[in-house]
Amino acid sequence: MTSPRDFELSRRELVVGATAAGALTTLPRGAHAEQDPMDQPVLAKVAFTINGERRELELDTRTSLLDAAREHLHLTGSKKGCDHGQCGACTMIVDGRRINACLTLAVMHQGSEIVTIEGLGQPGNLHPMQAAFIAHDGYQCGYCTPGQICSGVAVLAEIKAGIPSHVTADLNAPMQVSESEIRERMSGNICRCGAYSNIVEAMTDVAGRPA
Amino acid sequence: MKSFTYERPSTPAQAAQALSGKPNAKFIAGGTNLLDLMKLQIETPTHLVDVNGLGLDKIEATPEGGLRVGALVRNTDLAADARVRKDYAVLSRALLAGASGQLRNKATTAGNLLQRTRCPYFYDTAQPCNKRQPGSGCGALAGVSRTLAIIGASEACIATHPGDMAVAMRVLDATVETVDARGNARRIPMAEFHRLPGDRPEIDTTLKPGELITAVTLPKPLGGKHIYRKVRDRASYAYALVSVAAVIQPDGSGRVALGGIAPKPWRVEAAEGVLPKGARATTEQLLAGAKPTHDNAYKIKLAERTLGAALIEARA
Repeated sequence: MTSPRDFELSRRELVVGATAAGALTTLPRGAHAEQDPMDQPVLAKVAFTINGERRELELDTRTSLLDAAREHLHLTGSKKGCDHGQCGACTMIVDGRRINACLTLAVMHQGSEIVTIEGLGQPGNLHPMQAAFIAHDGYQCGYCTPGQICSGVAVLAEIKAGIPSHVTADLNAPMQVSESEIRERMSGNICRCGAYSNIVEAMTDVAGRPA
Repeated sequence: MKSFTYERPSTPAQAAQALSGKPNAKFIAGGTNLLDLMKLQIETPTHLVDVNGLGLDKIEATPEGGLRVGALVRNTDLAADARVRKDYAVLSRALLAGASGQLRNKATTAGNLLQRTRCPYFYDTAQPCNKRQPGSGCGALAGVSRTLAIIGASEACIATHPGDMAVAMRVLDATVETVDARGNARRIPMAEFHRLPGDRPEIDTTLKPGELITAVTLPKPLGGKHIYRKVRDRASYAYALVSVAAVIQPDGSGRVALGGIAPKPWRVEAAEGVLPKGARATTEQLLAGAKPTHDNAYKIKLAERTLGAALIEARA
């Protein structure tokens, strides 16, 4: 009969063995990928304005706008959540429109005007939406917050510009700021802490102030 | 993501030529679907042709009294266009029912038509999928199929076309305009643009390799009540389980197309003759020959009820 101690030892050996086997199978695969002539990085140059500053970069064509900002320009305010356009944590305002920075290539943004959370406001010089998120506790962990704030600023601009939404009752009447409009328009920004009701309050607060 | 070379031509003809003879090259416009699939290595182009510089971003009146929507018009701009809101409200409503604000700001008219299915077996590279990897089988047929097609599918594939915009364009009888590498233009009716899978589910549309969409034209306005009603698992930012695009005239006649239930926007013109008789009679004809799975048989009743709700809305 196997004693508990024997079992403990054999389980540890099993784990060590499994790790070694994993290393053996991954090493040659990685080496193979490097040797594949069809999969060499391709570099391209791009220049755009980000938070008012003109930047020129030479990037692997695969680099998303989000990775260009975070990894190459060290603007780490924009967050990588899902990296597939489902969560909105990467939302930036590009040429006046909010977009998912994870689902666009940096090299496609030659000449673009990009605003990230760092460009909206800074400590001591907060954007009204940033101040309202603080006043209304529009976050808990804060990870989705830069995307929420960029999206929130853009949503109010979209309503002002007369862009309708799924919940707009009359497509041909002036657009209104309402709770249902804010909730629908913010559906591309997920908050796993569930700060939604406070985000709605923050946005309603900003919308009610004179521009 | 696999590496790729990149170019940005400035005319549609140059763009079509850039793809000519390069089977692994692809056009990229908004990129919201293609880049997602490239990250997952479901799409692995070795060359991308960025079409954003082609200037196909205008909505213009046609001599026939309709609208010509440039291939690069963003979903937000198409939905918000005053002429579309007034005369083609079903199209505005369909666009606004899809995706999120961020995605609609990027996604284009042509790209929306060309988006791939969201069948979970297409997305999961550990599963067989004839659309992703021809000949590998269909994991969905005997798998979890509650979101998938009930009609128009085949033994090889039960994926749905995921879009909302295309359903409205089908009900409006829109036409897709294209150009090829030789500069030849072609007009494809929406009815013939998306194809049924048969035994070649990897081919979604009737576009030829390298053919570039330049515009979608809408015929002159139909009048009537425009309704797009979408049923989904949550209230916003989700794909349709069933959707109904309808244009209903005051006498009860009209047109209807269904989304979320087939590999293409589902419209049967012959069924529209019984629209004044109500949703049950219409759905019976629309979905005649449906072959649902155990998981998605509910969509037949759901389609009938969603159409019923749309017809009530039309009378209101």
